[in-house]
Amino acid sequence: MNIIVCIKQVPDTETKITIAQSGLDIDRSNISYIVNPYDENAVEEALRIKERLDKGAITVISMGPARVTEALRSCLAMGVDKAIHLKDESFEESDSYGTALILYEAIKKIPYDIILCGRQAMDDDNGAVAIQLAELLNLPHVSLINKIEIDETYCKATVHRKTEDNIEIIECKLPAVFTCHYGLNQPRYASLPGIMKARQKPFQEIDSDSLGLNKKEIGKAGSKLQVIKMEIPSARRAGKILEGEPQDVVKELTRLLREEAGVI
Amino acid sequence: MNKPVLAIAEQREGTLRRITFEVIGEARRLADKLNTELNVTILGFNISSLADILRFHSPDKVLVADSKILENYNSEAYINTLTDVVSKIEPSIVLLGATSIGKDVAPRLAARLKTNLISECISLDINDTLLTAVRPIYGGKTRATVTSNTPKYQIATLRQNIFKPSIENSSKTAILEKIDTEILPENLRVQIKEIIPPPKTVVNLTEARIIVSGGRGMKAPENFKMLEELANILGGALGVSRPVVDAGWVGHEHHVGLTGKIVTPELYIACGISGAIQHQAGMSTSKCIVAINKDPDAPIFKIADYGIVGDLFTIVPLLTEELKKMLRKK
Ligand SMILES: Cc1cc2nc3c(=O)[nH]c(=O)nc-3n(C[C@H](O)[C@H](O)[C@H](O)COP(=O)(O)OP(=O)(O)OC[C@H]3O[C@@H](n4cnc5c(N)ncnc54)[C@H](O)[C@@H]3O)c2cc1C
Ligand SMILES: Nc1ncnc2c1ncn2[C@@H]1O[C@H](COP(=O)(O)O)[C@@H](O)[C@H]1O
Repeated sequence: MNIIVCIKQVPDTETKITIAQSGLDIDRSNISYIVNPYDENAVEEALRIKERLDKGAITVISMGPARVTEALRSCLAMGVDKAIHLKDESFEESDSYGTALILYEAIKKIPYDIILCGRQAMDDDNGAVAIQLAELLNLPHVSLINKIEIDETYCKATVHRKTEDNIEIIECKLPAVFTCHYGLNQPRYASLPGIMKARQKPFQEIDSDSLGLNKKEIGKAGSKLQVIKMEIPSARRAGKILEGEPQDVVKELTRLLREEAGVI
Repeated sequence: MNKPVLAIAEQREGTLRRITFEVIGEARRLADKLNTELNVTILGFNISSLADILRFHSPDKVLVADSKILENYNSEAYINTLTDVVSKIEPSIVLLGATSIGKDVAPRLAARLKTNLISECISLDINDTLLTAVRPIYGGKTRATVTSNTPKYQIATLRQNIFKPSIENSSKTAILEKIDTEILPENLRVQIKEIIPPPKTVVNLTEARIIVSGGRGMKAPENFKMLEELANILGGALGVSRPVVDAGWVGHEHHVGLTGKIVTPELYIACGISGAIQHQAGMSTSKCIVAINKDPDAPIFKIADYGIVGDLFTIVPLLTEELKKMLRKK
């Protein structure tokens, strides 16, 4: 069983975001990065699948700048077997389709039974790359999974897809792409021996030329969308704090909700 | 004439979702701006009555794909059918709801047509023939305005509860057109085995007009009855913060925030929720926010329209009583 996990490095969700001088990107000078939380769920699930089946190999793969090395290393420390870093200046500013295309070129050359991704990257919040990768690889996909079981023949998986209101139990032929939802599992922390071992694990860097990519189709040149403005939404202003005896405060609140806000 | 705008309707279990009308409303606005036709397409099984409803929401044409294989959402059956529809009418713009269906099918459709995709838009406009959109990123901490660079097949998903829904209009009825599907069940690699509804009938949070939410300050699972009662009186739904879900007090379908649902109700009442940035990511665009918290420094007060500093176990029952009285009088 070969499992590929696609991970993205994103700003820590706690980080305060400001806008860069250009007005077209966030200011990246003071940001701490983490592995996209949903992708951590994907890594954890890959490890559990491998542990359950007691065989297989897990490869994490990420497209991004030099700093991404750290994210890949942390996955190796969690127990992943191998890392691939897709790194090239021409990859920068790819849109979701461009990113999917780069991942596709790399992934089609290696063996896989299952590809696990996150529901969405907590920076661009697109939720597109994984599904587009499935399309390019001509694989079925199931998004938003919070449970997965692999058939013993490795020919199909049964997954739970968590939608707004239901859980759909879906059978999907393998190979396939799945996007992991929150609640699938609780990702483990890397152990100290894990961190030590990570240093010896295979770590491959691949650039655009070795993937045979057409530079017009990827990066800024290939992007089908253009950012024309980025801004911080005007903060909500703190409103009224109602003070007094609970009984009176509650009366006042209901009055305001009806007369001022008009919501009840 | 410009190519039409296509709105993709959404039905589940034979009912049209509210987002459908929001998508149609916005699609109509864009079609008028482009001086072009609005087409609406709906997929499902035994849906002629739904198609009839859509005809009265002022599209020029309703394309109906009615087939057993489309009864429930199946990614492969839907993507194949929608690709046929889009190839046939060659729309300039395709709009879908940013729901578990729209967000599943739109990226695949965009990749298949090698076109662009703008996810989770909160506002749209047209610049010449190109679509511009505003979308929240970084969990809502930032907003990006993006523009597409081709006028062909511009695909966008619309965040729920933001756009003005279309209204029924009896004067104009659209023509109906049938879309044939030739998908064989045995060719589908994805098969739905079972659909499990949530434990009890919960109001769909993303569509709810009012949400009463509880956090770790609720202390124990049984205390959520109190919030359910308040929500009931207001005709609203119950929301919760993540620790509540993690502790198993309340099911994940109620989870609001970065890793849960993004909601935009008219009224959001946060009880015993500190208002962490990740929680705010899911609810800060609510129209009116009420916070009940005993800690005057809780960050939730920074974004609340009305705040009560106090013990929720005193405040919530009083509020419930007061609202009961008020709404009875109405
Ligand atoms: C990657 C990531 C994603 C996350 N995603 C989400 C998400 O989607 N949704 C989410 O909610 N969180 C999310 N979190 C967690 C988030 O950071 C906070 O930990 C969480 O929102 C806190 O929940 P809370 O407000 O219920 O609990 P707490 O922060 O513990 O706050 C409890 C509040 O209750 C008040 N209180 C206690 N007793 C009473 C009383 N008797 N009367 C009145 N007030 C009382 C306290 O003053 C306090 O303010 C995420 C975190 C990370 C790192
Ligand atoms: N640059 C990238 N490298 C590897 N995987 C990625 C990258 N971008 C996105 N992904 C994967 O695709 C998922 C969805 O990302 P997005 O469409 O950007 O929201 C993520 O959770 C990752 O699993």
